[in-house]
Amino acid sequence: MEKHHINALKEIVGEENVLTSAEDLYCYSYDATPGHAHMPDAVVSPANTTETSKILKLANENRIPVYTRGSGTNLSAGCVPTKGGIVLLMTRLNQILEVDLENLVAVAGPGVVVADLNKEVASFGLIYPPDPGTVATATLGGTVAENAGGLRGLKYGVSKHYIMGLEVVLANGDIINTGGKNVKDVSGYDMTKLFTGSEGTLCVITKIIAKLVPAPEAKKAMMAIFKDLDNAGKAVSAIIAAKIIPATLEIMDNATIRTVEDYAKVGLPLDAEAVLLIEVDGNPIVVEQEAAKVMEALKANHADFVQIAKDDAERDKLWAARRAALPALAKLRPTTYVEDATVPRNKVPDFLREVSEIAKRNNVTIGTFGHAGDGNMHPTIVCDIRQPEEMERVYKAMDEMFKAAIALNGTLSGEHGIGLGKLPWMEQQHGTVAMNAMKSIKRALDPNLILNPGKLVGEC
Amino acid sequence: MSETITAKDINEQDKALLSDLQDALANCMKCGNCMEVCPVYKEVGKEAAVARGKLSLMEGVLKGAIPLSAAFDTAMSKCVSCKACTAKCPCGVPADELILRGRQAAVKARGLHPIKKKVFALLKSRHLFDFSLRMAGIFGPITFKKIPGKMAALARFPMPGMDYKRVTAPFASTPLRSQYPEVIKVDRPTMRVGFFTGCTINYIYTDVGQSVINVLKENNIEVTMPSMQHCCGTPVYMSGDVDSAKILAKHNIETFDSYNFDYIVSACGSCTEAFRIEFPHLFHDDPKMSAMTEKLAKKTYEISEFLIDIVKIDKTKLGPVDVTVTMHDPCHMARGIKVTKQPREVLKSIPGLKFVEMKAPDRCCGSGGSFSLGNYELSRKINDKKIVDIASTNADTVVTSCGTCRMHLTDGLFQNNMNQDALHVIQVLDRSYKAGKK
Ligand SMILES: Cc1cc2nc3c(=O)[nH]c(=O)nc-3n(C[C@H](O)[C@H](O)[C@H](O)COP(=O)(O)OP(=O)(O)OC[C@H]3O[C@@H](n4cnc5c(N)ncnc54)[C@H](O)[C@@H]3O)c2cc1C
Ligand code: SF4
Ligand code: SF4
Ligand code: SF4
Repeated sequence: MEKHHINALKEIVGEENVLTSAEDLYCYSYDATPGHAHMPDAVVSPANTTETSKILKLANENRIPVYTRGSGTNLSAGCVPTKGGIVLLMTRLNQILEVDLENLVAVAGPGVVVADLNKEVASFGLIYPPDPGTVATATLGGTVAENAGGLRGLKYGVSKHYIMGLEVVLANGDIINTGGKNVKDVSGYDMTKLFTGSEGTLCVITKIIAKLVPAPEAKKAMMAIFKDLDNAGKAVSAIIAAKIIPATLEIMDNATIRTVEDYAKVGLPLDAEAVLLIEVDGNPIVVEQEAAKVMEALKANHADFVQIAKDDAERDKLWAARRAALPALAKLRPTTYVEDATVPRNKVPDFLREVSEIAKRNNVTIGTFGHAGDGNMHPTIVCDIRQPEEMERVYKAMDEMFKAAIALNGTLSGEHGIGLGKLPWMEQQHGTVAMNAMKSIKRALDPNLILNPGKLVGEC
Repeated sequence: MSETITAKDINEQDKALLSDLQDALANCMKCGNCMEVCPVYKEVGKEAAVARGKLSLMEGVLKGAIPLSAAFDTAMSKCVSCKACTAKCPCGVPADELILRGRQAAVKARGLHPIKKKVFALLKSRHLFDFSLRMAGIFGPITFKKIPGKMAALARFPMPGMDYKRVTAPFASTPLRSQYPEVIKVDRPTMRVGFFTGCTINYIYTDVGQSVINVLKENNIEVTMPSMQHCCGTPVYMSGDVDSAKILAKHNIETFDSYNFDYIVSACGSCTEAFRIEFPHLFHDDPKMSAMTEKLAKKTYEISEFLIDIVKIDKTKLGPVDVTVTMHDPCHMARGIKVTKQPREVLKSIPGLKFVEMKAPDRCCGSGGSFSLGNYELSRKINDKKIVDIASTNADTVVTSCGTCRMHLTDGLFQNNMNQDALHVIQVLDRSYKAGKK
């Protein structure tokens, strides 16, 4: 980038909203993904859609790469400016523009932090359900662009189930609106869905129309410990077969259990092969009935220990083990890779067994926990990125893990996105023809390839 | 010195300084969880303001990717040392301490912020320090305009490094330690304690010191304020000037050790933390000092903690105080020495007092010790959030356990045209003892 480009950017957003010092640029060279970093030439924070549009027009005409960024918490290197250029920081667009109680929708800027939106709508007895582990830091824009999920995915779905419409700026600076407040809408291609999960490669999201739902009146949490992994798997299937869709249905494998116990001393038996954490929510009467059925299913499938939370304090205790999973693992070693390979629900035990085999075979430490209900697993690899020999084994284990997921009819990523991290396996999952179809969409919407180039679908 | 000092330059000066940080920095997984709680980031909104960014910058300097520049210093100074990031971090990274190390590197490379430099040069000499702060007390009315009825004053003339609109407390015309004999006797004392007053209480908030003494006397405790005590050194340490901090610490340790007290009390979270955590940390590799320091650390208590856990005060002696109180937990109480229950218990023991909890009572008030000296506007913005939370409790009094917090809250209340009292917990207890006698 040249001096006059920087000056032009300053014209658009004001001097103080263009960062160019080496120190500031260094701070936007990374996101939450280990092992990827590259300095941009400028960090630009627009205040609104018009400024965003002007920036993109300038970048497009001058073929300057643009890397859109929310809070930079993604785990697929989605914000790393691998080719320099502009980091487009969307956090100033952080206004909640409307909470429409008649249509149950919220309209908000992409820079709004998800938890802040939830705080705002909570006073009306409503929730915006997608709740990634980073709800308190991630932006709405970032979660929509990643199609982020969370703990409540099984019952409530993921971001795409709540996005009704968008305002986006295309690569050339054109502004378009997709969808709207209509519950039913089949007019044209579903561009809203296309842009949701597009990881900053097709457009820049500047406004979001999101569906809200009533907050559940009651919740009930349960925990079960299994000495045998297969029984845990059968219990999960039995719960679903009993036509109960819990809001949360989490699993932790033996490696995670041992790490959590070592760190938090919550009283988990070290030889347990799996712990399930289940929470049902909704109408208080239904919640009681469903909880009883869940407890039955757990016992019928030979849970070695079951517990149901009687009050909030007990609920907190049951959750403590699950909450400790990532912090406990992350403290073992300097570098932490949180993966999110996903398999069909009934394949969860097979996948967990594969992962622990892979860990043993390559002599790497992997603890797996995740959302058993929707098959979204988080094999978490802890290592030290500064040790080249160890990293070779880590990369080999990752490779085997992704191949195992694909072989089980699974997918590379359930919620964290592809970005750069999982790009090498995309062709294996989708095949050349499908990849070409995706690349043609990219080229059609971003002919100069300025938006997050080289990510998600690779070089075009 | 030139603007760009490289990692190489500094490592030539002090090889150990930054390089042993590398392991600690590598533990940050860059998850960004610290963004949720960092009060500075909430205002500034730039990555360089949050712990993740500051740690990355240090990593960048170590790798030689960026120079140890003036911008690096600025980034390191934008931290109120509230420890909120450390408490939140899933990886157990002590970010607040690492940022201090970053500052130390900056100080080594090019010296202190000019304003702080003047203040700290003064701090190092006890006599000079005492003299100039006394003069400030005597001549205070010239530079400070009093605000009626408050322990507060507006700086009337722009003082170096001080925003002229800012309300600071006036310096006392007679420092606390000159108001009393060194040893304050009681009949048949149950124990002997040393009172580490700290500078704020000695020179500014003498009212807090008087309350501490009154309350201890009520409990038959003999109080000594060693005349040779000096500032704990926390502000100097926080600014990265370790050598000066060590001089001050050693002086205080030797002074207090020589009296052989049963306990040492202070009325400030940071002062307690200094005796209990920082001093042992400073001298951990000095066997002679370390034994003495550990011994003192074990018998040092913050005043509310002391009254509840050790003295176990007799609550029947307390009389009614008719106020509605909310409380701000200083960072160094909440996350430093982890004392939050005891001050609440003190308040709840007082008949007639209505206690209302504010939202996020342990969120930083923006003062951050001497942070507000160099970053007033920013610390004001952080404080404004606190003031909103105080207002929404409808309390008429806000209490805290730290002089600098009290000063910053007083300033905030004034700037926002509010007339709540800002007091130390112990002052309300003192009133209650007095009411009990009526
Ligand atoms: C500890 C931890 C736990 C996590 N847990 C979960 C989890 O449970 N579920 C889950 O789904 N994810 C999880 N994540 C991943 C991450 O939090 C999510 O991907 C989140 O959605 C990222 O939001 P962000 O604001 O940080 O976006 P960023 O990281 O800033 O950006 C993410 C992507 O979106 C693009 N983008 C950002 N804003 C816009 C915009 N306005 N327009 C167009 N593109 C944009 C960026 O270019 C990038 O490709 C976790 C991450 C961490 C570190
Ligand atoms: S919370 Fe801890 S690990 Fe996460 S970015 Fe902040 S300092 Fe690093
Ligand atoms: S100590 Fe407080 S101000 Fe400093 S980086 Fe951590 S959270 Fe921010
Ligand atoms: S911490 Fe503050 S109040 Fe306590 S002695 Fe040090 S400077 Fe004075």
